[in-house]
Amino acid sequence: MSEAIHEAHVHHPPKGFIRKYIFSLDHKVIGIQYYFLALFSVLVGITLSLLFRMHLAWPNASWDFMGKLFPTGMPGGLMTPEFYLSMVTMHGTLMVFFVLTTAPQGGFGNYILPIQIGAEDMAFPVLNMLSFWVTFVALVVMMMSLFAVGGAPLSGWTAYPPLSALGSISGPGEGLGQTLWVISLAIFCVGSMLGALNFITTTLNLRAKGMTLMRMPLTVWAWFTTSILGLLAFPVLLAGGILLLLDRVGGTSFFIPAGLVVNEQLVHHNGGSPLLWQHLFWFFGHPEVYIAILPGMGVTSQLLATFARKPVFGYKAMVSAILGIGFLGFFVWGHHMFVSGMSPFSAVAFSLLTLSIGVPSAIKTFNWLGTLWKGKIQFKTPMLFAIGFVSLFVTGGVSGIFLGQTGLDLYLHDTYFVLAHFHLIMGVAAIFGIFGATYYWFPKMFGRMMSETWGKVHFWLTFVGVYCIFFPMHIMGIAGHPRRYSDPSNFKYLAGMSTYHQFITIATFITAAAQFIFLINLFWSLWKGKKAEDNPWHATTLEWTIPSPPPHDNFGGKVPVVYRGAYEYSVPGAKQDFIMQNSPEEV
Amino acid sequence: MPTTALPEVEWAPPKTSDNGHGGFHHDGHRGFDRGDGRGGPRAIPPADKYRIGMWCALGAIVMLFVAFSSAYVYRQGLSFDWQPLQALPVLWFNTAVLLISSLTFELSRRSLRRDHTTPFRAWLSVTAVLGLVFLVGQYVAWRQLAAQGIYLGTNPHSSFFYVLTALHAVHLAGGILALGFVLRGAVRGRFTSARRSAVDVTATYWHFMDGLWIYLFVLLFQLG
Repeated sequence: MSEAIHEAHVHHPPKGFIRKYIFSLDHKVIGIQYYFLALFSVLVGITLSLLFRMHLAWPNASWDFMGKLFPTGMPGGLMTPEFYLSMVTMHGTLMVFFVLTTAPQGGFGNYILPIQIGAEDMAFPVLNMLSFWVTFVALVVMMMSLFAVGGAPLSGWTAYPPLSALGSISGPGEGLGQTLWVISLAIFCVGSMLGALNFITTTLNLRAKGMTLMRMPLTVWAWFTTSILGLLAFPVLLAGGILLLLDRVGGTSFFIPAGLVVNEQLVHHNGGSPLLWQHLFWFFGHPEVYIAILPGMGVTSQLLATFARKPVFGYKAMVSAILGIGFLGFFVWGHHMFVSGMSPFSAVAFSLLTLSIGVPSAIKTFNWLGTLWKGKIQFKTPMLFAIGFVSLFVTGGVSGIFLGQTGLDLYLHDTYFVLAHFHLIMGVAAIFGIFGATYYWFPKMFGRMMSETWGKVHFWLTFVGVYCIFFPMHIMGIAGHPRRYSDPSNFKYLAGMSTYHQFITIATFITAAAQFIFLINLFWSLWKGKKAEDNPWHATTLEWTIPSPPPHDNFGGKVPVVYRGAYEYSVPGAKQDFIMQNSPEEV
Repeated sequence: MPTTALPEVEWAPPKTSDNGHGGFHHDGHRGFDRGDGRGGPRAIPPADKYRIGMWCALGAIVMLFVAFSSAYVYRQGLSFDWQPLQALPVLWFNTAVLLISSLTFELSRRSLRRDHTTPFRAWLSVTAVLGLVFLVGQYVAWRQLAAQGIYLGTNPHSSFFYVLTALHAVHLAGGILALGFVLRGAVRGRFTSARRSAVDVTATYWHFMDGLWIYLFVLLFQLG
């Protein structure tokens, strides 16, 4: 069978540090660049959350050393409400855009997708490099906004006008900081669209011989669908961003209504609508949730099959569910706006569409459980994070059914219940996807194994930690605790919840500290980890057919031929308990 | 315990990939079969990557202008301060220029399909020049409006006029840039009737920009 080795067109890696590691065209290098961009952003984002968690737990305590670090934001060690809001804003922005959108898709998608479909690189390597560097510029501008004159932006990650559109008269941080924020997001949109275009073209055009659509690993399906969402959703945010920027600097009135008096000054604008921004923002914003979570779903399917030594239960249903979630995600943006005064009839339509996403989500959940059922489960670290993902997805998804109903949402909107919901399902679940992917593909990417023991310690601390952080928030939200209040102790009815705040803050610090275990494991293993085999997990997809780490052109100038689906584990009569996709073995 | 020895595998011949340089191959189609003898090559070869990439880009551009259009309709329906501008005569001229440029592009492509190199290059150059004329014409329109005291922030319709025409101009400038690359390739003799992917893809974009302008012109001046 293996007679057909044609002459190999080996592509040699470029020489010189800059072409090889900085302005690289290699999708693997670009993937790692995205990963480290996300790692930097997540460290900043977590640090910010520690700061505002400290303030929420002990709002009247004075932290002298912090006063020295932030003389304007924390004069005398006491945090100002504006500083609190800017921390919250930057935490949300960095996490949603620069972590949850970059690492799962730009990072792992870039590295793994071309190899899993048997391609030597992305369809447009130059565009790929550009999309990373455009994203990098966006991050630089965003970091500049954190240190802008007048303070960091404080409109929240959703930047609702009119306050976000008025400039510095609406408060500190609404001046230069907010302008830089809008510019950064516009740049980010461009980078993401370039990336999405590249992923779609690569998936459609560069699949190896035999890699039919229905043989693609579910990770590829997830990245592909995510790209379609990004391609169609980011332009809408870009449009909104351009209009918001013009309202701020161009004297237009797209979002600013007439007759506003802000800080005792009359605003000279006419007839705009703040709701228009909400429509544009959430038309992007809801697909964005799936942009963050779909890659994690793909990874979870891949990991559950690998470590349960079973095929994914209901592969075709899983593909349909991914596509269904992506499709429905475009028609539910109104559920973020139930309290905006929309017609109750539209609200019912949005509500029904929202609840219908429960169907493909349940298909995925039950198929994951079906994959685990009677499997020979190996509780390796990546597997733990995949199971953790399923748990978080269910917990966060169930509260979504509450929030998707107009009547309940009118009460729960903008409370801690919403915080709990979206942190669990979009934030932490997606992060678990990233962790699972890291532990799973690290051997392939760097040729070394990460420590299993410390990986498990990291998992258990993080898993218990995130539930300790976010579970009490459901109760606080039902008790009526609103989001974005910098000092709950000012409100009598919130006073009883200070114990909750302190518990959550302590849990946050412990969970954040546990992430150092991950970081040390990551960097230690980069240099000192045990050498990895080509296929340490005995998995079936194409990335495991090539050396760890892969050569510059992935398959050594050759192209694999694919004979079977992605998850042939424990096939009766097979020589091993897995058959690789490029194996012609007859069973 | 299973061994980790890699199974015996078959390797296919390397694909024609030019790694993003040029993109002038029209023959890069790879027949697609399942590799197990059950499928056989597809009757219709899959589109080449430049074509797919272009349609993706157009999808994103459509969404951008759909977003602006819905903002336009929403803002118009909502407000009491909407004062529609009248179409300046120069805009009719610009529209004609852009329509003619699509025509000259097609004349150029027809020459290329027949391997008539000289008219191919000539019509291509005319197209690029007409594109530039359109941009200059749009600039003239902006100056004329400004001379009337109508600026970006004057009223919502003028805001949308400036935003939409500027964004269209930016996209068209991208098209002129692409035409420049194609012209360079044409001068170097890189295109034949069998190798014209880059020309075709650029033409798709150019006609799309033409159609987009007609749409914007109708939206801004003929509706409401």
